[in-house]
Amino acid sequence: MTLVLSTEKLATKLEQQLPGSIIKSNKDNLLVNSGFLFNLASFLKTAPGLEFDFLSNITAVDYYDYFEVIYQLTSTKHNHSLVLKAQCYGRDNPVLPSLVSLWRGADFQEREIYDLMGIKFEGHPNLKRIVLWEGFQGHPLRRDYLSW
Amino acid sequence: MEVGPTGRYIYSDVDLDQHEGEIIEELKAHSQQPLPDPDHWLQGKPERGIMLTSVEAILNWARRSSLWSVVCFPACCSFEFIATAASRHDISRFGMEIIRASPRQADLMITAGTLTWKMAPSVKRIYDQMAEPKWVIAMGACAISGGIFQASYGVTPGYNHIIPVDVYVPGCPPRPEALLYGINMLQNKIAKAEIIKK
Repeated sequence: MTLVLSTEKLATKLEQQLPGSIIKSNKDNLLVNSGFLFNLASFLKTAPGLEFDFLSNITAVDYYDYFEVIYQLTSTKHNHSLVLKAQCYGRDNPVLPSLVSLWRGADFQEREIYDLMGIKFEGHPNLKRIVLWEGFQGHPLRRDYLSW
Repeated sequence: MEVGPTGRYIYSDVDLDQHEGEIIEELKAHSQQPLPDPDHWLQGKPERGIMLTSVEAILNWARRSSLWSVVCFPACCSFEFIATAASRHDISRFGMEIIRASPRQADLMITAGTLTWKMAPSVKRIYDQMAEPKWVIAMGACAISGGIFQASYGVTPGYNHIIPVDVYVPGCPPRPEALLYGINMLQNKIAKAEIIKK
């Protein structure tokens, strides 16, 4: 069984490493300052004792006021997992850093979120629609998208 | 010929070979002339072997009796189609046991599944590649109208938006019996087709 890491201890450790990176430490996830997201993820991937070498899943939620992107990280070496959340604001041009250069598994999932939610991932090598076709108007998983 | 301890005859190889030789010699002696071919019933009056019908009826009979289906399985109705084709429901009773991977060798498209707009050009292309005459059976709610996904942003609301449909088989998914009934209806439709132009 994969161990879910205690976020409180981890948040203190990360806050020491990257001051200002953690906005809030919830019971089972960390809300991350999106400006620090890439550096934080890079640290989580390489730091001894953490070594999150596998990005299990990325998903996104539309909360009207902001979008929240949720990253589920797993370490196959230590068999533990962690949930990161990052928020981005604005409905016209929400932006987050891309994690493709850390985990190749992020490639298609970031493209899917771009396609259906309209969140841009800066640094993605091939950010274009993946499920829908080129020329489709709008992003259909947004709450204000009406198809009829 | 000796009798063994269990009461059976003991044959020697020499005895067996001699017996075999006698059988061959006897058959050869009785088979010096070829037997007559069994064709005496062909010598009857010519009208015995003739049935009058129209060319159209014969062509339609030939066409409807060997409908070869092309592979078009975008979603879950395909499993009912596979069940229809397998041994229990046995689609080959209707002369269509062959499911062609190549549209050029097929004359029936059974559209088993939801069609998305992204997939639609490929399905239309497959339909265009099929040789005439060709028919389409829309199988299941999604194929007829888009089904529960009708209002979706990505789903084509019915195959009849991109290709002409001959028979609609409702259900979600239709049972194999329903699909077979639809195939029978298509065969009845083909039987009425006018193919000779004056």
